[in-house]
Amino acid sequence: MGIREKLSLVPTSTQAEATQGRSWSEAWRRFRRDRTAVLGAIILLTIILAVLLGPLVYTTPANQIDFSQAVAPPSWEHPFGANDLGQDQLARILSGGRISLAVGVMAMATATTVGVVIGAMAGFYGGLLDGGLMRLTDLFLSLPQLPLALLVIYLFGNQARAIAGPELGIFFLVVMVIGGLNWMSVARLVRAGFLTMKERNFVAAAKALGARPRRLIWFHILPNVIGPVIVAATLAVGYAIITESTLSFLGLGFPPDVPTWGRMLYDAQNYLETAPHMALFPGLMIFLTVLSINYVGDGLRDAFDPKIR
Amino acid sequence: MFRYFIRRLLTSIPTLLAISIVIFGVLAIAPGNPLGEFASNPAITAEVRENLRRSLGLDQPIYIRYFKWASAFIQGNMGYSFTSRSPVNQLILQRLPATLWVIGAAYLLSVAIAFPLGVISALKRHTIFDRIATTFAFIGYSLPTFFTGLLFIIIFSVKLRWLPFIYNSTLEVTDWESFIAQIKQSLMPICVLGLFQAAVLMRFVRTSILEELNQGYVQTAHAKGLRSWRVINIHILRNALIPVVTLVALDIPTVFTGSLVTEHVFRVPGIGALLLDSIYRSDTPVVMAISFIYAILVVIFNLIADLLYGLLDPRVRYGN
Repeated sequence: MGIREKLSLVPTSTQAEATQGRSWSEAWRRFRRDRTAVLGAIILLTIILAVLLGPLVYTTPANQIDFSQAVAPPSWEHPFGANDLGQDQLARILSGGRISLAVGVMAMATATTVGVVIGAMAGFYGGLLDGGLMRLTDLFLSLPQLPLALLVIYLFGNQARAIAGPELGIFFLVVMVIGGLNWMSVARLVRAGFLTMKERNFVAAAKALGARPRRLIWFHILPNVIGPVIVAATLAVGYAIITESTLSFLGLGFPPDVPTWGRMLYDAQNYLETAPHMALFPGLMIFLTVLSINYVGDGLRDAFDPKIR
Repeated sequence: MFRYFIRRLLTSIPTLLAISIVIFGVLAIAPGNPLGEFASNPAITAEVRENLRRSLGLDQPIYIRYFKWASAFIQGNMGYSFTSRSPVNQLILQRLPATLWVIGAAYLLSVAIAFPLGVISALKRHTIFDRIATTFAFIGYSLPTFFTGLLFIIIFSVKLRWLPFIYNSTLEVTDWESFIAQIKQSLMPICVLGLFQAAVLMRFVRTSILEELNQGYVQTAHAKGLRSWRVINIHILRNALIPVVTLVALDIPTVFTGSLVTEHVFRVPGIGALLLDSIYRSDTPVVMAISFIYAILVVIFNLIADLLYGLLDPRVRYGN
């Protein structure tokens, strides 16, 4: 478990009012005033656009091997230098970034979905179900996350490759492992929100009008507890990107021809003396992405919960 | 208090059992086979392989293997490594000092940096000092340790040549010179781990002090005419540090697993590095033992955090 989620658990009051239309625009107004958060959002958007559209503009192939250019330092021809096989690092960063970001977003989506479903069920129905689900949450919180993730990917990597192909199989496995080990903070936030919300009058009113549990959960209660969930989800993207990079950096994760940022650092380890640029640029990309995500997440937290500054 | 302790201790047993079943299950149902490397070796016949399997106890059903493992583990016997054939606890004990030394020093460093910085920056909120300190904390907390590690190597070993590149595990501290060498080679791993922890902790100390600042009792203390250092020391710090101390306890297991990366980068021969090597070699007994030790650490420190919370905060009462 990352400390991130402990921090995000600390001060999070839920939106008290059911008039969420107004609070959304207010949150947006507060977010816009937060300069570092806006800067983070701009940098993040730039990175996303660069990764999506960059390969269209910068057409140097990412996998072309050219030993005459091996470990070439940055130059006009190779702005970020070349790696030990003479492959262009900028092109690799752009194509690898798509995967790193996609893993981050998909793992976040997995974690949030699982967390919302479990938290909503526990908070709404209470009783035995709540007890069981919370025990499950505690169990997951006590699991040694990183060792277990390493273990699962190492042991099931071949099988995943056999089922869905070398790239896609590992992609799904990594997303499942990271998402599956990181839903607990969302579940707790959602449960806490549900516990306070379900006693409110507007929920009682909806119930009196004959709303079914499903409708109560999805239309009445969930929109009111979603603020802290959005914050947690934003931070979860950064956490997932770091975890994926860690796995790839340790040599478990994507195959060598898929240049995720962590994998590029893995390759760079042995060339620190001759080609430090091989480590510098991918590392900076991870850092910039995670930093801007964290600033956006922090800005969102302040925007949804103006008490804490 | 004592009864609460006993009850908490008892409830952590099912948690540990569940965790051990999860880890054991993952290892047992995995398609990867510890004898995989023998399977591709033409010099080993199917018959020999079968005998090997039996001698390692792999021919028995999963639940039998689990019970055997669990009862042996309770007696302190973690089995034998598949690859080196030596007892697992001996392997772990060999590696433990390096890990404890790096983690302990790193944690002390992080507390020494984070506490004063966090307190000052909360008290001097919105000043330049606070801006700089929080920005640094934010950066430190967004920098993954594997990247900082590589950066440190590039800067301090490759460019400046101040510190050795790789941790020399055979070095023994016998005199002043070897002590200096030991410090020099552990400086980078300690700093990488310590600075990251410091960033995390500092943010937390700052938030928890900010939360106390607006409380009524602080205003009362000021209104009574107490000097501000007294208000800070006696009133604010005592209350603000309760969640911090708990967090420090909760975070120690994360530092252990986090040191896995640092040990790998600097080639520190600790238990994290041992775990990684064993995963690559499919050395199931070692992997199982180390993962489970991490789990035990998590559960123990959760327990410690709970108890500390009760000791430090008289508002928390343990029911029967």
